[in-house]
Amino acid sequence: MFDYNFHWRPVMKSLPDLLEAGLLTLQVATLSMIIGIVIGLLLALSRMKKTGPAYWLATAWVELARNTPALFQLFFFGFGIGAFGIHLSPFAIVLAGLSFNCAGYLAENFRGGFQAIPDTQLRAARSLGMTAWQAHTRIIIPQVFRLVYHPITNQMVWAVLMSSLGMLVGFRELSGETQFFASRTFRIFEYFAVTAVIYYAIVKIVLGASRLLAMRLFRY
Amino acid sequence: MTETIDFFSGFGANDLWFLAEAALRTLWISILSIAAGTFLGALCGWLIYEGKIWATLTLTPVLDIFRSVPLIIQLVLFYNFAPIVGLNLDPFASGVVILTIYTAALVANVARGGIEAVGRPMRRAARSLGMSYWQDMRYVVLPIGGRAIFPSWIGVALGVMKDSALVSVLGYVELLKASQILITRTQEPFLILSIAGAFYFALSFPISRYAAKLEERWAQ
Repeated sequence: MFDYNFHWRPVMKSLPDLLEAGLLTLQVATLSMIIGIVIGLLLALSRMKKTGPAYWLATAWVELARNTPALFQLFFFGFGIGAFGIHLSPFAIVLAGLSFNCAGYLAENFRGGFQAIPDTQLRAARSLGMTAWQAHTRIIIPQVFRLVYHPITNQMVWAVLMSSLGMLVGFRELSGETQFFASRTFRIFEYFAVTAVIYYAIVKIVLGASRLLAMRLFRY
Repeated sequence: MTETIDFFSGFGANDLWFLAEAALRTLWISILSIAAGTFLGALCGWLIYEGKIWATLTLTPVLDIFRSVPLIIQLVLFYNFAPIVGLNLDPFASGVVILTIYTAALVANVARGGIEAVGRPMRRAARSLGMSYWQDMRYVVLPIGGRAIFPSWIGVALGVMKDSALVSVLGYVELLKASQILITRTQEPFLILSIAGAFYFALSFPISRYAAKLEERWAQ
């Protein structure tokens, strides 16, 4: 029954390459989160007013991002828009797809956060002589960030996990690199087992870092 | 004699039918995994809540692994691991097994939260009315806790439905894989991806709207 010989040596030999690819995973996930937070904030603010083209555009974005698979979104940026002669590099495909997805999910979190801040906060800030911009950047948004810090952390973990889809559009992040090595040596199980461990470690590091950051950011 | 063979052909009504059939397969694999995963997850959530030390020590880390490793890696890993231990599973069966465990890992957390949401005093009251443990579970915890977690359970179920697109990497022809097959033949990526996306959207959007409405109504 158990006549399979595990060969771990090739995996161990390419471990440095895998770890480097893991850094690329972390990089693309972080970048897409930064873009996603900026766009997500804009989308949430656009959806606060219930009319106008900005509202409809933001709503379409949010609903599309939340109601279709991430892989579909990646394919869309991969070869869907290729029909119009736009060809992105694998890195750009993954970055665009993840940012689109993260922005949609974060927008809903931000909207909940904005709704939880009482109107009086904004009015008090304005009556102290702050401009609308100052009131938002100094009073409202810091409070919103505190409220949505946890969802943002979760979304970051999702971004790391989702970036593994890059393997299917030819991006050599952790999963893509693993597939590359696995298909060269046919040690598919061994390679993917090690990769699973690396992903687990990355997720734990992200969660730990987020907790440390929270301790520094939110102490009273 | 010159004869040209039309290698690429346009998108026709037959292809729409092909996509619709694939959408049904997406639906089928999702329903199966969500049903089995919900049952398993509720069981795990209950075991963790009841806090039998062995259950907490074994289940919590195992479920955590399934939440911290990308689904695509889990699928590839399991599909290549099963033959090693002498199981010959087709892509559909492998997909169902992994999606079920993945669902269970997500539902376990939700279910535990649901039991906690009922609150000790309510349960003590039920027991002091003479209800047995299982009567308390069936007539008090299930209706109240179930209602509290219903929206987040829908979120998990829709997430699994969208993630079932990843089973295409094992070669199971569900919606996204079917659209790829069609794209290879017709060379019309934009049109076909849009139709596939519309199918996903049509499956997911009404249910997520419904859940949002419910949550709003129950919050009042």
